[in-house]
Amino acid sequence: MRTDRSLRVVLAEDGVLLREGLVGLLHRCGHEVVAAVGDAEALVAAVEKHSPDIVVTDVRMPPGFQDEGLRAAVRLRERTPTLPVLVLSQYVQRAYASDLLDSGDGSGVGYLLKDRVGQVEEFVDALCEVAAGGTVVDPEVVRQLLRRRRDPLERLTPREREVLALIAEGRSNAAVARELVVSEAAVGKHISGILSKLDLPPAEETHRRVLAVLAYLRA
Amino acid sequence: MSRPGFLVSAWPWRSVAYLLTGAVTGCVALVGIVTAAAVGGLLAIVLVGVPLLVLTALAGIPLARLERLRLRLVDLEPAPGRHAAPSATGLRPWLTTRLRAPATWRELGYALLFAVLLWPVDALAITVALLFPLSMVASPLLMATVGDGMETKVLKQWTITTWPMAFGVAALGLVLLALCAYVLGVVAGARAELTRLLIAPRDADLGAELVELTRSRARLVDAFEAERRRIERDLHDGAQQRLVALTMTLGLARLDAPPGPLADQLATAHDQAGRALAELRELIHGIHPKVLADYGLEAAVADAADRSPVPVEVTLELPGRLSQSVEAAAYFVVCEALANIAKHSGAGRAEVSGGHRDGRLFLAVRDDGRGGADAAAGSGLTGLADRVSVLDGRLSLSSPAGGPTLLSVEFPCDPCEPTDRCA
Repeated sequence: MRTDRSLRVVLAEDGVLLREGLVGLLHRCGHEVVAAVGDAEALVAAVEKHSPDIVVTDVRMPPGFQDEGLRAAVRLRERTPTLPVLVLSQYVQRAYASDLLDSGDGSGVGYLLKDRVGQVEEFVDALCEVAAGGTVVDPEVVRQLLRRRRDPLERLTPREREVLALIAEGRSNAAVARELVVSEAAVGKHISGILSKLDLPPAEETHRRVLAVLAYLRA
Repeated sequence: MSRPGFLVSAWPWRSVAYLLTGAVTGCVALVGIVTAAAVGGLLAIVLVGVPLLVLTALAGIPLARLERLRLRLVDLEPAPGRHAAPSATGLRPWLTTRLRAPATWRELGYALLFAVLLWPVDALAITVALLFPLSMVASPLLMATVGDGMETKVLKQWTITTWPMAFGVAALGLVLLALCAYVLGVVAGARAELTRLLIAPRDADLGAELVELTRSRARLVDAFEAERRRIERDLHDGAQQRLVALTMTLGLARLDAPPGPLADQLATAHDQAGRALAELRELIHGIHPKVLADYGLEAAVADAADRSPVPVEVTLELPGRLSQSVEAAAYFVVCEALANIAKHSGAGRAEVSGGHRDGRLFLAVRDDGRGGADAAAGSGLTGLADRVSVLDGRLSLSSPAGGPTLLSVEFPCDPCEPTDRCA
């Protein structure tokens, strides 16, 4: 599911320092930033012009410094539901993540804390994961949600919840297995347990994983 | 005055005393003001008169004080003056405060009105309503003394020559006196009412002052909120952005660094920068949560519930966004309540419920803990109650020992149109 191809990225971030840094970082990792803009309007225009492989955007941007970046991302997804979008936020908040995940079918989106760009490799991995249609939610958000014990997640065992949390962070089965120190087969068993408990009938594999993550986020 | 006992009560005497002292005071005031103004005006040419003129302008203050005292003769309700306290001690602050206050000028106006118009009215009322009937009552006495038992003149008009006539006039005088007592009562009452209206306003003005007071407190809270948002924005756009850039640079440097002591130090620096960033994020969130501004109370409460170590059930349904100050106050009530629950209650779970009915926002936070929370014990609850009361809201707490604890708040507020987010 992860690709190593070079991605064409449109980047929106109003802080010049961070924008230049991100351009440098992405360039170094072999991706091409086709446009780096500083506000939401320019973002929409740049996406129309360049049709990138993925959009990376900040939440808070000019002119209102509210959640313009996020709204622009949601608008872009409404227009092109398959457009992968990775949102970088300063805030660990479910409301922002939910808005984004509700756009399109929830696949090919990511919501990461800005802190994560410091973990360069993880960040670039997440970028590729989203570009390939995966769903990545920041571990901080996931951790907060883990505290909640509500339907439909109540039916899940603690172990199944752990697995689901890791899937929400965008890990592959192999990565989950490594993290929990179990075999990949065991992870697969947990996942089918989760999917059946969440009433997700067999369909295409990726899609069901995304739905499980969405169910998890909305719980 | 409509009571049957009016004539034998102290009220006719009080009315007379009020009008009589009024006539005297007014007369003195007239002389005083005219003299001071004339002397001040004349001396103003050599500048000595200017302070005297200022003093004349302030003459309303002592006179109004005296008038408020006199008012107690016929009006039992207290008549306090409403002069603001000067901002500092000393003559100059006192003078500027007084000269700027509308009350001072109102009292001067009253003093002039009193000196020119009101005291003659008082005098006239006393003369007509007291002296005329009294002189009639005195007819027999006058006939016996001044008239040598032969004749006397009633009110200097009609000549009376017989004793029965004299006693008849005296009896008429008594009846008239009784009637005039009522007239005096009415006049004194009307005068007192006028005085109160001008220099000791009762409720209407007090209401206005209270509204002014509440508004200024609410303004202070708003200003405080605005300042919080500014600090949040500054931290966000400044320190936080730089730290993110720093962690990114350090992250890249770690990729380049060959394994060894340098790489280890870079790793330490990177971790520390990351931790500083996490702390800064929490700090900014505590100052003013962005989710409250962007998504409103429902989302912000859900977010606070997410952060609580005690599992929290949220059932909150609102018709839309509320005013910023109400949202902020309600949010901080919920946060404080959840923090208290986590710290003190020993509760296994908590619940935040609420809604909007009849122009009021209702919120309730309950837990299944051990109870015994005391709003008077100097906890954060008192501060919360203060904050709620500024917005005319109410906070109540039920927390019997052994639990459960229920904290509820309500605010008067209306949902805002999405187009014009109310400030």
